[in-house]
Amino acid sequence: MQRRPSERGSTSIAFALAAFIIAMTVVTVYIFWAKIWWFPPAITNIGHEIDDQFARTLLITGIVFVAAQFGLAYAVFRFRDHGQKATYFEGNNTLEIVWTLATVVLFVGLGLYARNAWAQVHFTDASPSAIPIEVTGQQFAWNFRYAGPDGKFGRTKPELVSASTGNPIGLDPTDPVGKDDIVSPVMAVPVGREVDLILKSQDVTHSFFVRELRLKQDAVPGMEIHMHFTADDPGTYDLVCAELCGLGHYRMHTTLTVMSEADYEKWLTEQEAANQ
Amino acid sequence: MVTHENGGGHGHHEPPSGFIRKYIFSVDHKVIGIQYLCLALFSVFVGMALSALMRLHLGWPLAHWWFFKGGLMTPEQYLALMTMHGTIMVFMVLTTAPQSGFGNYFLPIQIGAADMAFPVLNMLSFWTTFVSLVVMIAAFFVTGGAPIGGWTSYPPLSALGEMAGPGQGAGETLWIVGLAIFCGASLMGALNFITTLIDLRVKGMTLGRLPLTCWTWFVTAILGLLAFGVLLAACILLLLDRVAGTSFFIPGGLVITDQVVTWHKGGSPLLWQHLFWFFGHPEVYIAILPGMGVASHLLSTFSRKPVFGYRAMVAAICGIGFLGFCVWGHHMFISGMSPYSAFAFSILTMTIGVPSAIKTFNWLGTLWGGKITFNCAMLFALGFVSLFVSGGLSGLFLAQPSLDLYLHDAYFVVAHFHLIMGVAAIFGMFAGMYFWFPKMFGRFLNETIGKIHFWFTFIGVYCIFMPMHFLGLAGHPRRYFDTTAVDYLQKLQPVHVFISIAAFITIGAQFIFLFNFFWSLFWGKEAKEENPWHATTLEWSIPSPPPHDNFGGHEPVVYHGPYEFSVPGAADDYIPQHLAPELVRKAE
Amino acid sequence: MPGTVIDDIEIIDAGHGGGTGTPAGGDDDSGSSGGRKPVPRRAYFTALQLGLAAIVMFFMALASSYIVRKGLGNDWQRTPMPPVVWFNTAILLISSGTIILARRKLDGKDRDAFRTWWWVTTGLGLLFLAGQIVAWRQLAAEGMMLATNPSSSFFYLLTAAHGAHLAGGIVALFYVTFRQWKRSRISQATAAELTSIYWHFMDGLWVFLLVLLTLGR
Repeated sequence: MQRRPSERGSTSIAFALAAFIIAMTVVTVYIFWAKIWWFPPAITNIGHEIDDQFARTLLITGIVFVAAQFGLAYAVFRFRDHGQKATYFEGNNTLEIVWTLATVVLFVGLGLYARNAWAQVHFTDASPSAIPIEVTGQQFAWNFRYAGPDGKFGRTKPELVSASTGNPIGLDPTDPVGKDDIVSPVMAVPVGREVDLILKSQDVTHSFFVRELRLKQDAVPGMEIHMHFTADDPGTYDLVCAELCGLGHYRMHTTLTVMSEADYEKWLTEQEAANQ
Repeated sequence: MVTHENGGGHGHHEPPSGFIRKYIFSVDHKVIGIQYLCLALFSVFVGMALSALMRLHLGWPLAHWWFFKGGLMTPEQYLALMTMHGTIMVFMVLTTAPQSGFGNYFLPIQIGAADMAFPVLNMLSFWTTFVSLVVMIAAFFVTGGAPIGGWTSYPPLSALGEMAGPGQGAGETLWIVGLAIFCGASLMGALNFITTLIDLRVKGMTLGRLPLTCWTWFVTAILGLLAFGVLLAACILLLLDRVAGTSFFIPGGLVITDQVVTWHKGGSPLLWQHLFWFFGHPEVYIAILPGMGVASHLLSTFSRKPVFGYRAMVAAICGIGFLGFCVWGHHMFISGMSPYSAFAFSILTMTIGVPSAIKTFNWLGTLWGGKITFNCAMLFALGFVSLFVSGGLSGLFLAQPSLDLYLHDAYFVVAHFHLIMGVAAIFGMFAGMYFWFPKMFGRFLNETIGKIHFWFTFIGVYCIFMPMHFLGLAGHPRRYFDTTAVDYLQKLQPVHVFISIAAFITIGAQFIFLFNFFWSLFWGKEAKEENPWHATTLEWSIPSPPPHDNFGGHEPVVYHGPYEFSVPGAADDYIPQHLAPELVRKAE
Repeated sequence: MPGTVIDDIEIIDAGHGGGTGTPAGGDDDSGSSGGRKPVPRRAYFTALQLGLAAIVMFFMALASSYIVRKGLGNDWQRTPMPPVVWFNTAILLISSGTIILARRKLDGKDRDAFRTWWWVTTGLGLLFLAGQIVAWRQLAAEGMMLATNPSSSFFYLLTAAHGAHLAGGIVALFYVTFRQWKRSRISQATAAELTSIYWHFMDGLWVFLLVLLTLGR
């Protein structure tokens, strides 16, 4: 009977394959462990919780990753054809049940564990004392509206939108409530105070993303979507768009500055003066 | 309208004559399978060319190239490349080759049939797919160029026409029409596959003896049957919003470049997302399931052992198929969807990781205690397992909405889906190609050249896509023209350079495969014997290439399961499915 | 390590009786010696069911879009049901009756009566389509066009989609009438049965859409 002789190069190929898989696994794990490319530090409490959940997930997936890849590398090398016979077995019901249950517990458990952070972001509304900030995305810029001393937002009309004449969100000048509204192309918040974002879009779907907040939310035209947070570390952070919105998607960039309460009040005053 | 089902009259049946009936409008599933593979081969090189241009810009955004007007790529060019890359790869490569290519060729043979249930419908499904490809590619050549909304084509960007961006006019319309035509083609194909598998199995080929390749083609076809109708509906609604002034997806009060959109109101962008992803999630399982079937098949064949846990594997395939329809919301955690629904989708998504994990354990179990041969087919099957693990595990992060808050729409997602679809699924195709080439063409693909192809590709894809995880961790959003506009992205530029170089080398290596493919067609080592791999399934019991009606007019009978390797008491280390028990040689 | 050849496992029994499998032939089976086995008759019914499943998914996508779109926003306005629609519905229901009648005649070998009632069914189908166009005209006369408001958009869309599928059914009706059945894989009776299943389904689908449009008006 024509039986292909075991390939002479079988050991070298098996070794090379196993070696590469092991090397790839080690390098990958190292880069994650050493945090060579990593998140910037979180500046919110929710950010820290998210980081914890990420670490948990990384640990579990890391173990599974190493076990599976090393298992593959080992099997590939150990069971290369070097003249042996294969062992006939069709399966092992006990093993099957055990690792299925273990996987269910691990995966679903991880998912349930993650509920807490998500619930804090989205199952609860902002407290009534949170500072409301309206965030409007458009092709290709962000604008932020502060309600001013009266705490209320004035009326806007799409027909009044005109970036060129300094009315990017279409504030209606006939509405007295909007007279004290402040519109700024950069965002500022006071440290340690809860902020309630109201996300809107003028044209297509955009997405608000600040890495250090660990928060992202689509700004969908026709919707007003709330998201609240409290920033605890002063500094200036990049705010980018994270939903494909057209040509200028990559440069729809502004900043979020977290400042002391005093600086924030000063900033508001300066903006108000500039808006006149 | 005379249809010759099965190509002929009553008892006798002649092969078709004439070039047109034999090779162009053939109703022979084998020819149609090769036609699909050719369409996919063409499309994958187009898709790679597009990605090569993308990587050229991403690696060196400020460099001048003579072939761009003004020396630099424009953002709309980049986005058009990206949109068409994704579209062509997902639909014209991943949805065609593994299923309509190999499935068409080998499903009927593996179940002992002479052809698909409806050969004329089969022929129509290929040519409809071809038309859809032509329509899509035409988008490059109309005013404004190809669309820029990504393969996901979210409205309002995709619904407002040219005012939303270049390419969103005629280009987007052609894209939608091409996709709608593709939906029709896929539904035709799915119907054929399922009917064939249910009704045309030969005597003895019970569901419990079906090769796992057939199981995956079966479940994949069911997914396609139920999902593509939804995409078709979505495409029609989007088209109406664009050309008929309806407002299914477009809300009111929009202002684009200071122009107020008064002719639309009340629609919901999220409605598109629901419809699209209700299709889109099963679609990605359509892309990967056949590769899983091929991997299982080859791991068993080249370890000379049965598949470990055949029943569990079948259950996992069915579980993945069913759950695949329940998880679409995980693409929409950040969309503004109800956060409670989001959490429900999250738990379901974590659950779908379970059957995938079971399959991985069983693949390792198949290798365990085996006698592994390292030919090219097996190398790609082993590579598939490694890549599936790597790509699948990142899904565990993305399935949690609290983590998705950071990772959504960043390069972490790009890494995840490329490793699974853009690499593991492709490895499944390569494995199938090296395995089945001798059966289809009567010659082997050259093993030495194939091994060079394997190593460059396996190392290359890890070098391309593993670093993308790290870009994602650093907060690099996806679909960005380049890093030049944001400081923290510029710091990541060296990673882009590394990825781009790896991409060029890996893409280059695919030309090695292309050379091997065409060279071997004419001058490859002849595969004179029917069963060079000593495999068990029915395609290895017929000549290479098979005759027009596969089994030469007689019907095989199946006596054994599909993975009877190294059976104790048997003299040979494999028992073909069709070998009568009294003919099985016993060991001394 | 001792092992046994795996026994066949019947996980889903779809058309095969018994544990060891039965020949994959239908009533057209001419034996397995020499010549390719014809596709079994039941395959056509499998295919039809699958096709109907796909069509159901398509209409479910439209129906759920209808419900979602209605629930959003405040621009939903009543689309009046054009009066002719009730007449059309009656026509379609009657045609389901005539198609049953036609098939009974065919079973009773009364080919002339079969042909007559089959033509009546075809005529009623065409009448239904014509009536739907009249319905559109009636709507347009009231100023409700495709893009007027979402309710009217869905009315036109759902009736057009149903009409297109029904037109496919009418093509099938013509096919049954004009095809040379002597040289075909399946008998005219089988084709008539397949067509009538599809026809009844189109009927039922129309009733469903009508209920949706009426309740959602």
